Amino acid sequence: MSNRRTIDARGSFCPGPLMELIAAMKMAEVGEEIEILSTDKGSASEIPEWIHKVKHEHVGTEEKEGVWHVLVKKTH
Amino acid sequence: MRILIVGGGMGGTILANNLARRLRNEVRSGKARITLLSASERHMYQPGLLYLAIGRMTPDELYRDQASLLEQGIEFHVDPVEEFRLDNNEVKTKSGKVYGYDVIAIATGSRPTPEEIPGLAESAELFYTEESAVKMFNRLRRFEGGKVLVAVGVPHKCPMAPLEITFMLYDYFKQRGILDKVKLHYTYPVGRVHSLENVAKWAAPEMDRLGISYETLFNLKEVDSAKKIAKSEEGSETDFDLLISIPAHRGMEVIEKNNLGQRGWIPTHRNHLNMEGRENVFVLGDTTNLPISKAGSTAHFEAEALGENIAAMVKLGSPVREYDGKVFCFIEAGLDRATYAMFDYNNPPQPKPPTKAVHWFKLAYNKLYWASARGLL
Ligand SMILES: Cc1cc2nc3c(=O)[nH]c(=O)nc-3n(C[C@H](O)[C@H](O)[C@H](O)COP(=O)(O)OP(=O)(O)OC[C@H]3O[C@@H](n4cnc5c(N)ncnc54)[C@H](O)[C@@H]3O)c2cc1C
Repeated sequence: MSNRRTIDARGSFCPGPLMELIAAMKMAEVGEEIEILSTDKGSASEIPEWIHKVKHEHVGTEEKEGVWHVLVKKTH
Repeated sequence: MRILIVGGGMGGTILANNLARRLRNEVRSGKARITLLSASERHMYQPGLLYLAIGRMTPDELYRDQASLLEQGIEFHVDPVEEFRLDNNEVKTKSGKVYGYDVIAIATGSRPTPEEIPGLAESAELFYTEESAVKMFNRLRRFEGGKVLVAVGVPHKCPMAPLEITFMLYDYFKQRGILDKVKLHYTYPVGRVHSLENVAKWAAPEMDRLGISYETLFNLKEVDSAKKIAKSEEGSETDFDLLISIPAHRGMEVIEKNNLGQRGWIPTHRNHLNMEGRENVFVLGDTTNLPISKAGSTAHFEAEALGENIAAMVKLGSPVREYDGKVFCFIEAGLDRATYAMFDYNNPPQPKPPTKAVHWFKLAYNKLYWASARGLL
């Protein structure tokens, strides 16, 4: 039942994938999943680090053909 | 073909002028018609607000008459759009008029929303509007020392503004001779002092050298205006005597009300710049949801791509090129030095060390802006 939105942050140097996620969090509802697409491998560590700090959930990270798909869930 | 442009800021003005030049003959013969609707008869040079806030510019220097910036052949009306009826290819304006179109381009910009963070609007000084920048300058003049906190919301237009205002404040306090009584503390939403890695690599040691402290992964959650404490989403707190805020932005209310995009950000194709699912609706400037800087240069490069494409739609029946995500930003590194960054979807920026020459070029650009809005640069 949970809905999901995708944020296409490929090739985003400024503001960058994490900033895009922070902005998207303001639009998402509690329980919603957000998938961020990033071509910056730093996102694979940077995004989960922030997600843990602000106590949302990091569901998983996958790399497909040079694009990192980071899946998170808004929990509060 | 009836081309309707909504918004007479950076994006809308450059697009209208670009089209007027490309379609001069078609406009004359009646084959094309270019209409620009805006909310103001004046055009503001927004980067000037930064200088206004530290007393380096006055309000009147920020404005030109919008009509004076436009090429012949553009029908310009100050009549803001209130309803977008995209299914009927028409908009309704404040005056009650209905404008039909074959192609529409939306460039209504973005606005700061400090009221969304509890306590922020009443505690902070801002410089994102004329009124707030004048207020900030007068507050700075009276400031005799204490802890100055810079706090940044996401998303915001002009990604360079947080660093620029910090370095400019440092120089401002130095010039007033009160630097020894001021403690500057900079905060930033992600894990380094700027989203551009190379800029962060240059700026962090620069802050260390100047004695500016910083905290990263700091997203403002609320401000206790009585105790003068800022609290972050990440769970930290920091006190202040003077809070300078770059608040989070939203697109314009009219975009939200017409359900064109959540929080006013219109879902936009990253290369074709059409609104997702609509072939004759184009979007440019701050109001897109694209993952690139909300900056005048972005609006400028998008307007150039769109100008070429819409003109080609008139002349050939379809667009001819793609937008590549190009952005160019000047970065003021104080009151007398600056650098710049240029990048697109595929090429990261390689900023150079700040120099006086680039600063003087940026100051010249403060004047050249008007030539650029007219599409002459
Ligand atoms: C302090 C500050 C410093 C900046 N510094 C820089 C910089 O150094 N470099 C840089 O590249 N960028 C900078 N910018 C950002 C830049 O000004 C914006 O990104 C740029 O103006 C965006 O262009 P736009 O066309 O999307 O919107 P805008 O230029 O904001 O124009 C929006 C237009 O839409 C009109 N409008 C609004 N509602 C309606 C409606 N309902 N109907 C019709 N028209 C409407 C408005 O009247 C306005 O004319 C700065 C901005 C600020 C605030």
